[in-house]
Amino acid sequence: MTSVLASVKGPEIDWAAFSPLLGLFGGALIVLMVGLSSPRVIRAHGVPALTIAAFGATIGLLIWEWNEQVSLIQDALILDRLTILITLLVCVAGIASTLLAWREQAAREIAHGEFFSLLLIAAGGMVVLAASRNLVTTFVGLELLSLPLYILCASRLRSERSLESGLKYLIVGSVGSATLLYGFAMLYGATGETDYAGILTQVVKEGLMGDALFLAAIGMTIVGLAFKASLAPFHQWTPDVYEGAPTPVTAFMSVATKAAALGVIVRLFFTALLPGVDDWRPAWIAIAVISILVGNVGALGQRSLKRMLAFSSIAQAGYLLVGVVVVTELGAEAVVLYLVVYLLANLAAFAVITVRERETGSDAIGSLRGLGARSPILAGAMTLAMLSLAGIPATAGFIGKFRLIEAAADGGYTWLGIVIVVGSMISLAYYLPVVAAMWRPDTEPGVDPATGRAVLAGGAQEAEAERGGWEATLVAAVMGAAILVFGIVPQPLFELVGDVLKGFGTG
Amino acid sequence: MTIHLSIVLWLPLAFGVLALLVPRSLARWVSLLGTLLTLGYAIALVADYDTAAGGLQYVTDRTWIAELGIHYKLAVTGLNVVLLLTTAILFTAAALWAALRDEPSERAGLYALLMGLAQSGVLGAFLAQDLALFVVFFDLMLVPFYFLTLIWGMDPDKRGAAVLKLFIYTLVGSLLMLVGAIATGVLAADGGSVSFVLSDLQQHLLSNGSQQWIFLVFALAFLIKMPAFPFHGWMPDGYSQMPIAPLAVFTAILSKVAAYGFLQVAIPLFPKAAVQYQELILIFALASVLYGSVMAFTATRLRLILGYSSVAQLGFIVLGIFALNERGADGALLQSVNHALVAAPMIFVVALLAARAGGSEDLRDMGGIAKRAPAFAALFLILSFALLAMPGSANFIGELFILIGLFQAKVAMAFIAAVGVALAAVYALRLYIRSMHNRVGPQVDSREISLREALVLVPMVLVVIALSLYPQFALGRVEQAVKQSLSAATATAGKETP
Repeated sequence: MTSVLASVKGPEIDWAAFSPLLGLFGGALIVLMVGLSSPRVIRAHGVPALTIAAFGATIGLLIWEWNEQVSLIQDALILDRLTILITLLVCVAGIASTLLAWREQAAREIAHGEFFSLLLIAAGGMVVLAASRNLVTTFVGLELLSLPLYILCASRLRSERSLESGLKYLIVGSVGSATLLYGFAMLYGATGETDYAGILTQVVKEGLMGDALFLAAIGMTIVGLAFKASLAPFHQWTPDVYEGAPTPVTAFMSVATKAAALGVIVRLFFTALLPGVDDWRPAWIAIAVISILVGNVGALGQRSLKRMLAFSSIAQAGYLLVGVVVVTELGAEAVVLYLVVYLLANLAAFAVITVRERETGSDAIGSLRGLGARSPILAGAMTLAMLSLAGIPATAGFIGKFRLIEAAADGGYTWLGIVIVVGSMISLAYYLPVVAAMWRPDTEPGVDPATGRAVLAGGAQEAEAERGGWEATLVAAVMGAAILVFGIVPQPLFELVGDVLKGFGTG
Repeated sequence: MTIHLSIVLWLPLAFGVLALLVPRSLARWVSLLGTLLTLGYAIALVADYDTAAGGLQYVTDRTWIAELGIHYKLAVTGLNVVLLLTTAILFTAAALWAALRDEPSERAGLYALLMGLAQSGVLGAFLAQDLALFVVFFDLMLVPFYFLTLIWGMDPDKRGAAVLKLFIYTLVGSLLMLVGAIATGVLAADGGSVSFVLSDLQQHLLSNGSQQWIFLVFALAFLIKMPAFPFHGWMPDGYSQMPIAPLAVFTAILSKVAAYGFLQVAIPLFPKAAVQYQELILIFALASVLYGSVMAFTATRLRLILGYSSVAQLGFIVLGIFALNERGADGALLQSVNHALVAAPMIFVVALLAARAGGSEDLRDMGGIAKRAPAFAALFLILSFALLAMPGSANFIGELFILIGLFQAKVAMAFIAAVGVALAAVYALRLYIRSMHNRVGPQVDSREISLREALVLVPMVLVVIALSLYPQFALGRVEQAVKQSLSAATATAGKETP
């Protein structure tokens, strides 16, 4: 027996570089176990605290590995700057979502242990996805992130909306996965390789650019990834899923999934498929332009904040793609920078929505009425988030957009920069009414026009704040402050995402 | 490298933040103190400005965002020195107005903060010597007016829609301008390190093709902001809904940032395109003069009369700038200052008239207000004469210079523009006569100007008179800078028509 084992030589693993993943998956196991314990306090408060600890530990490990470039498990994964940055974003989104979910109904309904360990597993899947240098690990990462999210979307067991959301996501997500798998199979068929480096060599050696099978593979891969990143015209599931899912889950999905998807798009198309750039670039450009238009136009006239942000996230993903299609280092840097500012704005917005949803039971824009007078912190954070998403100066969003447009101009695609600002112009028509709802003096004080219910006033406000949760307010305040600070002093952001392609393609 | 400009730039915002923190009853006075200190600083800067030396003075130059090549570079130049002072005067008047009239009654701290932000934004746009920084301030100065109108606007049902329209209109221009600015920086760098500092960009002018589209984008942004016909769609609603004091500074000085932008950015950076599109821009300007004058003559709402008159006046200013000779541009800058100094008190007059006509701002409800208010009538008359460019006023000199410049450049257009001067007399006198004289309106209650009202209005009228007596104050300072701003364009034009 021992001799057989000895003859099978496992791949060497650099455990230090592998440790961030262990942090997430190990955390998931521990959280699941602790979730079984009987004292309610531990389940309701210990579990989320442990989840945050797991994310925090992972961030610590990332900082430890900051300057490493290591290829893992025979080049199936790679730890380079891009992986580290995407993991960092995912972990920050994870911490924020955990804080938002602390008092969430959904977490109680499917049990805290399950809820938060699924969150950690999804985060782990995202890291695998962003780090993968092999078609097989890419697919494993993709499923690892998708499956827990299907469940999390449906985790409000007694809400039809939530169940519908989960089911819809499952069906559409599976179609996306299947398409992607087809694409990968064809890619393997065309090149005979599964790892990115091998594919690259084969494509160049065999001169596969323009080859029918290779083109079909690229096409299927793009469609599959566009499904996952919710890019138009493959976005139809997004508004329903975002609206139905519990708000903390929506917050996590809108930010972390997008970061992971953009990470894998950058890695796959900047390495393995780079020689076919003339084949895939027009497709991505078309998807970017369509996403910007569809997302921005679709968001107009939405009453539900979550649906509005769903469409806005489609448009924002379109902006992000502009950084991909120029295929320059500046472009990659702009993508990651924009992911950071997008994360800040979206988390701030979802934190405010979470609070208001708990207070009024609705996520309609009207639920924000009069917030400016009653809770300036929440209203300020939401205002900054909206202005940042629209790209107004003195917010981080302006810096992000500036960099993206600069990358577009630098790559010879100034017209895509114009598409971005045209999208931003349309977006003002739906971001600003949200701001207006908060700050406009209430015409009919006493009655909430959204729900028709009497607004709690005076003494009831204490209770309200209790129900809304200070954790969510904290998230909103921190993210809002970050939007403003990075809008005025963006230097740290640039230092963070500088050299994003450092170690890219080593191993 | 001095810190003076940073102080003058951020002082209003700092006092705005302070006003938010102090007890509510003090907020307006803190805000006023901030504007007064800024005014004092601005006076000192203007007094100390060395006209003979010209060029950039009090330069503050630090790297703001190294990766983007954006510098925090501020300077006083001949172009902005007088506008800087004008901005400080107008915001002081607005703060004084708010303090003396206890406006607004609610959330005074937030109001003070927003006005402070607005002033810092405008000052920043004037002082910026970096293209990206200019764009940042150009966008930023609009944001507070969104909130000011939203929270304290006139009609609760209409102000949301009106201000949304204003914001989208003007941001359409400035977002396109953002792309233009970034493209300018990237193309000028030509693979090297990107810099948006204006003097660097002037060293590497773009190719003719790039200049053309980028110039058009900038021109569009400026024409919308002014507003010029036919880009004025946001103006009637926006003007109707904005509260009085913010409207006074908005109509007076924000429009001038756009005019200044042509001289500071568009013409020096894209001289070939400026020459090429000279006639196109002149046609827009001429249309603005005629359309604005005719509309001002037919409108009955006081704010709209002033709004359309400002379309016409801005049209004149653009005519002067795009005569592309020194005389015209000198006149345009003088006229920018003149119009700013007249337009703001005129808006306050509108509020005073409305208070005497039962709250209505409609000309048809007025008449006979002068009856028991001779001092008020005198002040209003002086302002009206200035608005219609009566000989003896600085406005007359401004318009004269503009017309002389235009005659040298395009004779036919100058003849048409001269009609506009006559029309201005028609609408300004109509405004005065219909409100102050004629039959007494049904709701009219003629009252003399109160001490508090006079405290705002009299100093502003004195400033107008002072500038009329000594227009050289402005002209002397701008001449050299204007020459420099136009040099590349005139050189291009000279080459084409030897």
